[in-house]
Amino acid sequence: MHFGLEHYLILSAVMFSIGLYGALAKRNAVAILMCIEIMLNAVNIALVAFSRYLLPDHVLLTGQVFAIFIITVAAAEAAVGLAIIIAIYQSRQSVDVEQADSMKG
Amino acid sequence: MVELAFWILALIMVGAALAVVLLRDVFRAALLLILCFFTIAGIYITLNADFLAAVQVLIYAGAIGILLIFAIMLTRNVKEGNPFGKLKISAFLVSLLVFATIVGVVVSTDWATVTGVSQGVEVPVGSGTTGSIATALFDQSKGFVLPFEIASVVLLAALIGAIVLVRNRR
Repeated sequence: MHFGLEHYLILSAVMFSIGLYGALAKRNAVAILMCIEIMLNAVNIALVAFSRYLLPDHVLLTGQVFAIFIITVAAAEAAVGLAIIIAIYQSRQSVDVEQADSMKG
Repeated sequence: MVELAFWILALIMVGAALAVVLLRDVFRAALLLILCFFTIAGIYITLNADFLAAVQVLIYAGAIGILLIFAIMLTRNVKEGNPFGKLKISAFLVSLLVFATIVGVVVSTDWATVTGVSQGVEVPVGSGTTGSIATALFDQSKGFVLPFEIASVVLLAALIGAIVLVRNRR
């Protein structure tokens, strides 16, 4: 297999799986948010690789435009997510997601 | 040349991402996450996406990195650290399954790639992708003008929402 699209897609899959593992397994809410950022970046790598290598898009650059929108939404998500985490910390002095269970039935 | 850069960047990136997940100190994890963002900017450069590489450094490594470090400083509990929860084993199995699925699909799909075309064909030498991205975003007929405007509203809503959430009510 010569160097090309597959390498970038598999790198993206590796990063996505690492982020998914962290997001599911961690207890610190800030760490979970960091792992979600890793997942979003993995998707961006795949989109930019598609934009570079796939036939109709490598002149249209739609993949890169999508990546810009994902970066925008990720910035908004990080701001709101960290605000929620700080609000939780102010009310219960902890960012452990397994203790934030007051809505549990 | 691009291949060598890819392998170096990929190794650093995966190592940094693993360290983000495995380290016990949240602050060090955040610093390694910023290193990870920088290597992703390098990966964008190997993909001829110079504008996105600059955006990646500015927004992710700059803004989001600083935001994360602020949040860690405000909420850090040093002796508790960054432990794993109850789902450690099952989360590992799920992410392994997702990885295997993605790799299987990627390998078995016959991608319509630009074969035989070397780097730099779609971008004239010395011009970069910034102009082409502007055309792709703001083109009259097939651009993304409405999503672009909605994105600015999303950012405004997130800004106001973040201020409202952390405002001290007393």
